[in-house]
Amino acid sequence: MIGISHYLILSGLLFSIGFIGVLRRKNLLMLFFATEVMLNAVNIAFAAIGNYYGDLSGQMFAFFIIAVAASEVAVGLGLLIVLYKKYNTLDLDIISTMKG
Amino acid sequence: MYEFIAFYIFAISTVILFLITVLSKNVLYAMTSLAGGMVMISGFFFLLGADFLGVVQLIVYVGAVMALYAFAMMFFDTTKDVKEKYNSPRLVFLLGGLMAVVFVVIFSAPIIGENLQVASPITNGVGNAEAVGIVLFTKYLVPFEVAAIMLLVAMVAGIILAGKKMDESLTTTVLPLVDKESEDEILKKESR
Repeated sequence: MIGISHYLILSGLLFSIGFIGVLRRKNLLMLFFATEVMLNAVNIAFAAIGNYYGDLSGQMFAFFIIAVAASEVAVGLGLLIVLYKKYNTLDLDIISTMKG
Repeated sequence: MYEFIAFYIFAISTVILFLITVLSKNVLYAMTSLAGGMVMISGFFFLLGADFLGVVQLIVYVGAVMALYAFAMMFFDTTKDVKEKYNSPRLVFLLGGLMAVVFVVIFSAPIIGENLQVASPITNGVGNAEAVGIVLFTKYLVPFEVAAIMLLVAMVAGIILAGKKMDESLTTTVLPLVDKESEDEILKKESR
């Protein structure tokens, strides 16, 4: 029998993979992929805790996270296309205008 | 026993696929492995008894979101490998590892505390999709409507942002770079 700790540890592991991606990536499209990984990891944790306590709220929050992720992708990809039209690249080192 | 085997197959394949997503240089490989990892994640939802969530994950994430990425990639040049400059790769992996430790501690805190109250219990004798529907349209009705409005706004924003100057080709026409050096060069040439 698989306990809740297995799911939570896996979820933490996947979230850290996404976090490494967010810190490491310089291409904006790849950065979006890393955020998707993080959102999915949190969904697993919500579903596992909901299952453990016999509570449907966990699944509800996962549904709303999926809705937020879908709208984030729609708006984000529109912005990426505008940025690509303006700079002809998606590299953050070239796009960034603030010298910090 | 079968749950055990299924969990470890799904866990190992998601970790490997998401690692490919995060570490790969090719956009196409990253996107394909992300889609594969999301299919594997829906397996966890089926294991956890959240059937409807698993189906939504397959339809929305693997179907809609990845199709959106695939269509958006037609705008970008994805055949070349992505060149990225890394300033401090060791720090990144150190922070990622620390993050993993912190999350394991945070997630195991409620298991140790053991004093969470069930807000909306799963009713027996009702399928998962039906139970989700009952809770979604009673307790979570307002968030549901707000999410619907948010999706509408996102759709309008996506159409307006991506739809402008749709007839101009992005990959064949070379746009001028808008950084400081090339701007200075253009100014010098004009002054001559």
